[in-house]
Amino acid sequence: MSGHSQYTPKSGFARWLERRLPLISFMHDSFVAYPTPKNLNYMWTFGAILSFMLVAQIVTGVVLAMHYTPETTLAFDSVEHIMRDVNWGWALRYAHANGASMFFLAVYLHMFRGLYYGSYKEPREVLWILGVLIFMVMMATGFLGYVLPWGQMSFWAATVITNLFSAIPVVGASITTWLLGGYSVDNPTLNRFFALHYLLPFIIVAIVALHVWALHVTGQNNPTGVEVKEVEKDTVPFTPYATLKDGVAIGAFLVLYTWMTFFVPNYLGHPDNYIEANPLVTPPHIVPEWYFLPFYAILRAIPNKLLGVIALFLSILILAALPWLDGSKVKSGSYRPLFRKFYWIFVAVCVGLGYLGAQPAEGVYLWFARLFAFYYFLHFVIILPLIAKYEKPEPLPESIDAAVATKGASHA
Amino acid sequence: MSTRNVTEDRPAEASRRDILHIATGTAAAVAAGGMVWPLVSQMNPDASTLALASTEVDLSAIPVGQIVTVKWRGKPVFIRHRTPEEIKAAENVPLAELPDPEPDSKRVQKPEWLVVIGVCTHLGCIPTGKSGEYDGWFCPCHGSTYDVSGRIRSGPAPSNLEVPKYAFVSDTKIKIG
Repeated sequence: MSGHSQYTPKSGFARWLERRLPLISFMHDSFVAYPTPKNLNYMWTFGAILSFMLVAQIVTGVVLAMHYTPETTLAFDSVEHIMRDVNWGWALRYAHANGASMFFLAVYLHMFRGLYYGSYKEPREVLWILGVLIFMVMMATGFLGYVLPWGQMSFWAATVITNLFSAIPVVGASITTWLLGGYSVDNPTLNRFFALHYLLPFIIVAIVALHVWALHVTGQNNPTGVEVKEVEKDTVPFTPYATLKDGVAIGAFLVLYTWMTFFVPNYLGHPDNYIEANPLVTPPHIVPEWYFLPFYAILRAIPNKLLGVIALFLSILILAALPWLDGSKVKSGSYRPLFRKFYWIFVAVCVGLGYLGAQPAEGVYLWFARLFAFYYFLHFVIILPLIAKYEKPEPLPESIDAAVATKGASHA
Repeated sequence: MSTRNVTEDRPAEASRRDILHIATGTAAAVAAGGMVWPLVSQMNPDASTLALASTEVDLSAIPVGQIVTVKWRGKPVFIRHRTPEEIKAAENVPLAELPDPEPDSKRVQKPEWLVVIGVCTHLGCIPTGKSGEYDGWFCPCHGSTYDVSGRIRSGPAPSNLEVPKYAFVSDTKIKIG
């Protein structure tokens, strides 16, 4: 997408504004006329779904913040006040809590799409890395938010995660004290977690802006992995095609979201979080929210404290190295038969790690967690590079247009 | 060509697409309204605030001639147990003298009990009881003077002290709000 805008201002006001700040033509070029590959499937709608969820979380969050009190003796009760006294408070609280889960569901589907279709490959490396950054800030935001209701899980999750930093040699204890604002998770911790939980989503908004900008520079990937060759033949304007497809996808996503929020709002939560935080009683099974479970499994799989923490952070950071680990010139898994097999094994391993994260770290669970954690890193560091080297990809279509024209032959 | 030919497009007839567009648009509008309403409504007073919307006051401890101040909805309320002289004085004021004419009988349910919100109608200060020319209330901020019926007599305040909604739940107890 380069060259100047084809947008012509239609009114006097539009002309006046265009000359001073070309906002309308910018919006038009980016979201109306923007050439979008015409073969995108529904796995490409998660960007729009994520944008919607980000706005939803910010709106419900700001509104909840009007009624929440971030003080240890008042926080739990303020959440119950929201649930019982505030008009529609129960709906807003459940929408925000389940919204976080839906946000992560969408981001995982979005990331797995990227993994399958090679959306991290040249020239989209920066786009991918910005995405990894967004993911990390999302995880921080989710963690901080979970502490705020000050239930048993809130408190003990905060204790476990802040204790990770004590694994750092020499300076670990000081860093942990600095983070906590004290010698254990207490009021200073809760107060600053609230401030940071309010702040980080706006950081996410800024990184998302860069992410969309980077996307618009390179253009979207597509299910064939073959880049756009001729704009008139391979693409359609973003509006109405992608806009409406995203609308349908958001609608379907909202069906799931609203069903969860209104019919099973506590299904993904832990009952122990309805018990007020007690620093002197540790719950028998401390588990994070489901979207952290795979990483939790990796953390607990390593018997050494520091190495476990390193493995945890590496398991996320390794995603950023993906463009350089997978050297295959063929982007899309649709044309990479060997890669496809290992991709689905990887998906199964991630789901397995998620399951294991919720089990006690003992016996056969621990054994499998270690196996799967090892395989997780093996996939990135050994398997992907080897596949790239030895695989024989299937022949690619001539162009997107050609792929769409031959019905059924496009795999995507 | 027959004038009754209906095979060409007639702009007046709604196509299936139009109907689908209208139906989708309506559904989206309803959904959007449903999403926005709780966001607006949550800022209205919640149940715990509404619960404090009424206050009961026991009048039996207030001797004749005394003014008691209670808090109601975050504001002061003056409850004055008026003497017979004060009642007479309040009832006999000619309405023409009043900047905000109102007969005393309209401001009380039982003449010996005056219940008014203790906020000056000028700019919101709390007037001092049993002071000023009429021994009613005097606002120290800008000099508004009220009588024993809480009516403005002189000074910048535009209207009489507001009488809140209240009811006698018994001879010696009122419920305000």
